[in-house]
Amino acid sequence: MSSSPVAVPQPARDPARRGADERAPAGSDAVVCVTGLSKVYAGGFQALKDVSLEIRRGEIFALLGPNGAGKTTLISIICGLVNASSGRVVADGQDIVRDFRAARSRIGLVPQELHTDAFETVWATVSFSRGLFGKPPDPDHIERVLRDLALWDKRNNRLLTLSGGMKRRVMIAKALSHEPGILFLDEPTAGVDVELRREMWELVRSLRDNGVTIILTTHYIEEAEEMADRVGVINHGELILVEEKTELMRKLGRKQLTLHLREPLEAIPPSLSAYALELGADGHELVYSYDAGRNATGIAELLTDLKAADIRFRDLHTDQSSLEDIFVSLVREKR
Amino acid sequence: MNWYAIRAIYAYEMARARRTLLQSVVSPVLTTSLYFVVFGAAIGSRITEVEGVSYGAFIVPGLIMLMLLTQSVSNASFAIFMPRFSGTVYEVLSAPVSHYEIVLGYVGAAATKSIILGLIVLATASLFVPLQVNHPVWMVVFLVLTACTFSLLGFILGIWADNFEKLQFVPLLIITPLAFLGGTFYSIDMLPPVWQVVTLFNPVVYLISGFRWSFYGMADVNVALSLGMILLFLSVCLTLVWWIFRTGYRLKP
Ligand SMILES: Nc1ncnc2c1ncn2[C@@H]1O[C@H](COP(=O)(O)OP(=O)(O)O)[C@@H](O)[C@H]1O
Ligand SMILES: [Mg+2]
Repeated sequence: MSSSPVAVPQPARDPARRGADERAPAGSDAVVCVTGLSKVYAGGFQALKDVSLEIRRGEIFALLGPNGAGKTTLISIICGLVNASSGRVVADGQDIVRDFRAARSRIGLVPQELHTDAFETVWATVSFSRGLFGKPPDPDHIERVLRDLALWDKRNNRLLTLSGGMKRRVMIAKALSHEPGILFLDEPTAGVDVELRREMWELVRSLRDNGVTIILTTHYIEEAEEMADRVGVINHGELILVEEKTELMRKLGRKQLTLHLREPLEAIPPSLSAYALELGADGHELVYSYDAGRNATGIAELLTDLKAADIRFRDLHTDQSSLEDIFVSLVREKR
Repeated sequence: MNWYAIRAIYAYEMARARRTLLQSVVSPVLTTSLYFVVFGAAIGSRITEVEGVSYGAFIVPGLIMLMLLTQSVSNASFAIFMPRFSGTVYEVLSAPVSHYEIVLGYVGAAATKSIILGLIVLATASLFVPLQVNHPVWMVVFLVLTACTFSLLGFILGIWADNFEKLQFVPLLIITPLAFLGGTFYSIDMLPPVWQVVTLFNPVVYLISGFRWSFYGMADVNVALSLGMILLFLSVCLTLVWWIFRTGYRLKP
């Protein structure tokens, strides 16, 4: 796959609006606006519970949650594949039900499963998508998309002759065929090997650099951490929180300082009781948890007090909690 | 109106037929031709004329109808069942197309295919039997209305069916028997009195009667009644399709 930017023109926006983008406080330029969305499936199962969410123009938003959390359901409602039980979605200023034509023509969807027409050629299936979304034929655009996705050589191949990775790229090409300003990627790297995953991330970034707003779902924390500007954590149909990724890491990113002691300790001396300390490895390790986001981490004081208490150490290291830890603790908190 | 979308669906469906030419054109034309060769020759040698028309020519309108019904239903039902089955229907459902546009694309293509088939069979028949078409405009009207109505029925079937058995059940066990008993091979007058009444409950009787009238000017039932019945089926199918899309039946959870 090439790393060149994918040929997707800027979504139309007027200069006044663009100026407003830069000055306006974050969150005021929502391109997708979900309000009080709930979904109860026919069997009575509630897959979404009162979800409200704003996606900002031009960002990469990761919807992070375990299998069955409701990610696909949320995307499917926005894209018109599932009827909402209640609530409302506005995409690029258009209500997805009342103004479904205007809303949908701005949206591209790459679903989780690889649904392809085995007997169609790459060129035919991508051109079909463009027509379906109401755009006049534009072979130049289709060519650009296929070249950027490294599918140009395969344009006359039937889909059944393509590998899984290529099929997924065909799905992306279909979604980009009508030049959407908003792209939904449902688990774009599920079951994809490491190398392809990196290529996918690069591709997503180049799309964003071309002005496309991207909403992707994933259950890989690593992926959200790598890709997203903001992360929404969803579990059991509830949106637990939405944060800037860096803010999330700063706020919730606890660090741990582990000291490997020369002599094991039986208990933490009372003189150190003010610190959040724990003993580990049968008293051979002293673990200090602190907030990496704070200016005063307390490390300097701790080291001074350790010296005073005559506790000496051979080595030390720090660990930063990953989004994984954050997620696990969030989910635990919620229960 | 999203004309590009209608065109995309329509062109896609027509391309599918071209790809499977043997199955979608050659097979139905051959089967129907065999019918009028075998029935026309074998039975036609005994029953020489029905109301002044040679038996071989008499059965042609009915045979065309027979093929039109089964082909419309199976074409349209496959057209929407396969994308549902393979999952590719997600794209149509997420596109900025209205229900009417989806129906126009799929049903329009299915109806076009059956009309083309009907005309091919008609041309083939004219090689074997002396045909005359007294009311060509009405013939086309009956042809088009029937193709559209039964393509709509097929579309409904393709959405209702959740497996291949159901998909084949309706054409095989309902449409074909009704068509065979609908007066393709006989005029209603030839039946015993009781059956003459029972047969009026078979909707296909009206279609075949009207269509045959456009050829030879003779009909089992009044032509206006035939036309009325077709329009009635058409509106029933349209209502059903409207309901399907309004409720998202089998399409949107
Ligand atoms: N059509 C459906 N009918 C009933 N339940 C469904 C349907 N689709 C999804 N679900 C249920 O809704 C929940 C959320 O599913 P989904 O949105 O696919 O989760 P995710 O994409 O986060 O893995 C799951 O428990 C799933 O079983
Ligand atoms: Mg999913």
